[in-house]
Amino acid sequence: MSFSVTAPSPAARWIAGLLVALYAIVTLLPLAWIIATGFKSPADAIAYPPKVLFEPSLEGYVNLFTTRTRIAEADFAALPPPGTWYEEIVRDQGMVIAGPSRYGERFLNSVIIGFGSTALCMVLGTAAAYAFSRFRVPLKDDLMFFILSTRMMPPIAVAIPIFLMFRQIGLNDTHLGMILLYTAVNLSLSVWLLKGFIDEIPVEYEEAALIDGYTRFQAFRKVVLPQAATGIASTAIFCLIFAWNEYAFAVLLTSGTAQTAPPFIPTIIGTGGKDWPAVAAGATIFLVPVMVFTILLRKHLLRGITFGAVRK
Amino acid sequence: MTHAPMEKLARATPRPVARRISGLSDRAIAWIFVAPSIFLLLAVNIFPLIWTVRLSFTDYRVNRPNRDVEWVGLRNYERILTDDGIWATMQATAHFLIWTLVLQVLIGFALAFLINRKFRGSDLWTTAIVLPMMLSPAVVGNFWTFLYQPQIGLFNYAIGFLTGADPASFSMIGDVALAPWAIIIADTWMWTPFVMLICLAGLRSIPESIYEAAECDRASKWRQFWTITIPMALPFLMLAVLFRGIENFKMFDLVVQLTGGGPGNTTTLTSIDLKREAFERWRTGYSSAYAVILFVTVFGLASIYVKALNKVKER
Amino acid sequence: MNARVMTSAAAGALLAAAASSPALSEDLTLCWAAWDPANALVELSKDFEAASGHSMSFEFVPWPNFADRMLNELNSGGQLCDLMIGDSQWIGGGAESGHYVKLNDFFDAEGITMDDFIPATVTGYSEWPKGTPNYWALPAFGDVVGWTYRKDWFERPEIQAAFQEEYGRDLGVPATLEELKDIAQFFQGREIDGTTVYGAAIYTERGSEGITMGVTNALYNYGFEYENPETPYDLEGFVNSPGAVAGLEYYKELYDTATPPGASNWYMAEDIDAYKSGQVALQMNFAFIWPGVEADPNVGGGKSGYFANPPGPAGQFAQLGGQGISVVAYSQKQDAALEYIKWFAQPKIQARWWELGGYSALKAVVEDPGFADSQPYAQTFLDSMAIVKDFWAEPAYADLLLAMQEKVHDYVVAGNGTAQEALDGLVEEWTVIFEDEGKI
Repeated sequence: MSFSVTAPSPAARWIAGLLVALYAIVTLLPLAWIIATGFKSPADAIAYPPKVLFEPSLEGYVNLFTTRTRIAEADFAALPPPGTWYEEIVRDQGMVIAGPSRYGERFLNSVIIGFGSTALCMVLGTAAAYAFSRFRVPLKDDLMFFILSTRMMPPIAVAIPIFLMFRQIGLNDTHLGMILLYTAVNLSLSVWLLKGFIDEIPVEYEEAALIDGYTRFQAFRKVVLPQAATGIASTAIFCLIFAWNEYAFAVLLTSGTAQTAPPFIPTIIGTGGKDWPAVAAGATIFLVPVMVFTILLRKHLLRGITFGAVRK
Repeated sequence: MTHAPMEKLARATPRPVARRISGLSDRAIAWIFVAPSIFLLLAVNIFPLIWTVRLSFTDYRVNRPNRDVEWVGLRNYERILTDDGIWATMQATAHFLIWTLVLQVLIGFALAFLINRKFRGSDLWTTAIVLPMMLSPAVVGNFWTFLYQPQIGLFNYAIGFLTGADPASFSMIGDVALAPWAIIIADTWMWTPFVMLICLAGLRSIPESIYEAAECDRASKWRQFWTITIPMALPFLMLAVLFRGIENFKMFDLVVQLTGGGPGNTTTLTSIDLKREAFERWRTGYSSAYAVILFVTVFGLASIYVKALNKVKER
Repeated sequence: MNARVMTSAAAGALLAAAASSPALSEDLTLCWAAWDPANALVELSKDFEAASGHSMSFEFVPWPNFADRMLNELNSGGQLCDLMIGDSQWIGGGAESGHYVKLNDFFDAEGITMDDFIPATVTGYSEWPKGTPNYWALPAFGDVVGWTYRKDWFERPEIQAAFQEEYGRDLGVPATLEELKDIAQFFQGREIDGTTVYGAAIYTERGSEGITMGVTNALYNYGFEYENPETPYDLEGFVNSPGAVAGLEYYKELYDTATPPGASNWYMAEDIDAYKSGQVALQMNFAFIWPGVEADPNVGGGKSGYFANPPGPAGQFAQLGGQGISVVAYSQKQDAALEYIKWFAQPKIQARWWELGGYSALKAVVEDPGFADSQPYAQTFLDSMAIVKDFWAEPAYADLLLAMQEKVHDYVVAGNGTAQEALDGLVEEWTVIFEDEGKI
């Protein structure tokens, strides 16, 4: 960096760094607590007073992926020794594994619905954004504002007619229904963002391609799409985060087949009480994919969260 | 796949003919590109909206399929607008909205200002700070109930450690006076990074040269802050307020998991109230009217605000 | 274990042979709350799978979301559940909106009679309209609110002495609700083994049905009644009678003076957590938790005792929990679902159900001479089942419940207004609901 009269002094930088680091540590404490709780035993998790130091245990993770049951004492004593490490953990709780839990399915649903809706949204959104950017679409400005305004509705308010409609046409509790719904909700964001990205690609490139004998569609595919790739990626991240974390629609419109993880995680229950380690384990695993994406695409975060209002 | 022979043919033909064979007219492409989006939005957004408006004039209840549906005119609207309970939830929502905005803007801007000093490792810390907003709000709300438990939670012990108060002497969720703050704290924890990011963009958009000019004029740092930094960053701040405002007006997942609307109705925000009417009492007609009122409110407020924002931008 | 599997397999084979319809193997989904008994049912159902050739899937939803989610499912005509172990209060809606299949003909054909089940469970879980022989479910899981206490603390000489000095009587199982409050207040804030403990964990949850399921245990015993016994839906003077007001005030005092700080939104799971982590001396909870308490390393194995909800000035009642098992009308596999109910109703299966921690409602099981001594809590369960009372089971139950949740929580936890105002308000809201329903 070149010398500048306005650059902050080293002391100012040092203090700024200290304050920010302090805030980061405080703000990460709850997150660290969640992750740590995942490795506590249920008894340690609800220890009174709370335990900072504890013996790590995988009980939470085992409980997250299994359903367990108590069996009569005589039967329990007669069981052969546990064959696997996770069986052993369950036996230590005085129980046997009754089967796998629903967490895997819910997580998979989140993957299908999250990625499915993001992909569909990118296809539709890129196409529409291109059209809005390059062609004269009648009522363009009105349509754009209309698209944006659909995101202002509280999801609960929208959910009433959607619930009725889905019930009527059999989309209730289906992957397809949720994919279409999340795509529609995300489409406004995508079209706005993507139009911004495509606007920035010089029209001359396509014109040159057209003169070279490309059709409009070829020009779109071979010239515009590669140019817009980073824009599409950063838009996709925001669609994915929304669809990944969405709760209100999921809790109202899905149940057995298409339920995603967010409505499921808070409802994980152990013996009698709440199984906090399992809840924490579920939350931790669920956080990993978006966290990875966030770190990979952190340079593009800004534009997404501001609906494209902030450039660069 | 089917394009391949066409492309070959196209390349072998003089240009105008080629266009006619494999290329659609621009107008057709425009329509093909826009139509699916518009169709989906019509089906999933607009059609339901019209349906909601229609239902709002009836006494329809989803859980009574055998009952006749009657047109009740404006009675639903009348009942809602004269209901004290709904005004109480509106107040709770306003309290939540105003304080989360104030806190998030103050803390978020301060953080952005500090990060903009470009100290070593600022990128790393920024990424770390942003993490809470990547979580699922429902999961966050659920976990904060755990953190707020006076006997077994982290929050009260941390406060007790800092202030010397007995952790068991107060309950964030159970106390009528504290519960509204419990949801504000959790939301602020989660969403301050969002405001921070936008503010950071605002600060970075201010050209260095303006400060250099001010420096030549011997303007104090304090003066520079108030005459350059704040006015230049204001549109971004307002944008952050707009987005957070809309989101928190719709707030449901985090709070419903955190307090369930309690104690009493202290933290029953409008979305929670609406959910009870629509999906627990199944008063579909009534709650449709409720939804329409909310939509008009948020749309109206947002429009006014956007106008103000544009004025600030033009300055 | 093998022997048992063999016998039940044999029983199942007989059953399968008896069924005249060609044995089509179906995948049945059973919906219930996510709690300990549900896991036991999974274990129990393995016998059914082996015997019938059908396979079983389960959809369990935790209590705070259970009603919400399942009623949503039923109201949307969903086919997720073939069998529903729905909460007792849904029976009116289930019957009148056509969610459940009426079981009378099936019972008659299979020789299942409701006389074989505990009367309170038949009324509570199966009948609609109440008091008529129209059955929409088979009693599946008997449950009732009762109390768990720290016997080991109660038995300590120094604690007994301190209590004797303070109250002039021995510390023991309370004979009345007043005594229960004394004991809870006595423990509130007391140092035991170096930590501060509290009196009682009670139901205070706001979002679903928690505080209603708790407060009724005080209301009933102080004189609250749902309606005029002479005139249905006549509420004034019954819901808000002086006794009812006293009961509500009692519950608030208990909440204010004898519960842990922060116990403002607690239901079954939170009460258990508080009890197991050693925070409280007493716990109000449904009986289903007792097998889990007995097996707990911290508070089980004789450290805990159990007692039925103690009487108040107006008598002794306890809030009914528990569920019946119904066949969902939208299911495509109703025959197989009925087969499951038939299998489940067998005395042998019911006996094993109790063994696994499920509270059977079959008389043959609970009246067995060995029953009362089979578990430390068995007698308390029987005593409690004899004094049950349930919330409204009307089709409008959700509306009625929401109104009660709001009024009671607002008074007890938020501390707004008086008990009289809360109950007067409740009468007003309930009256509007019944008017809307066309009942008044």
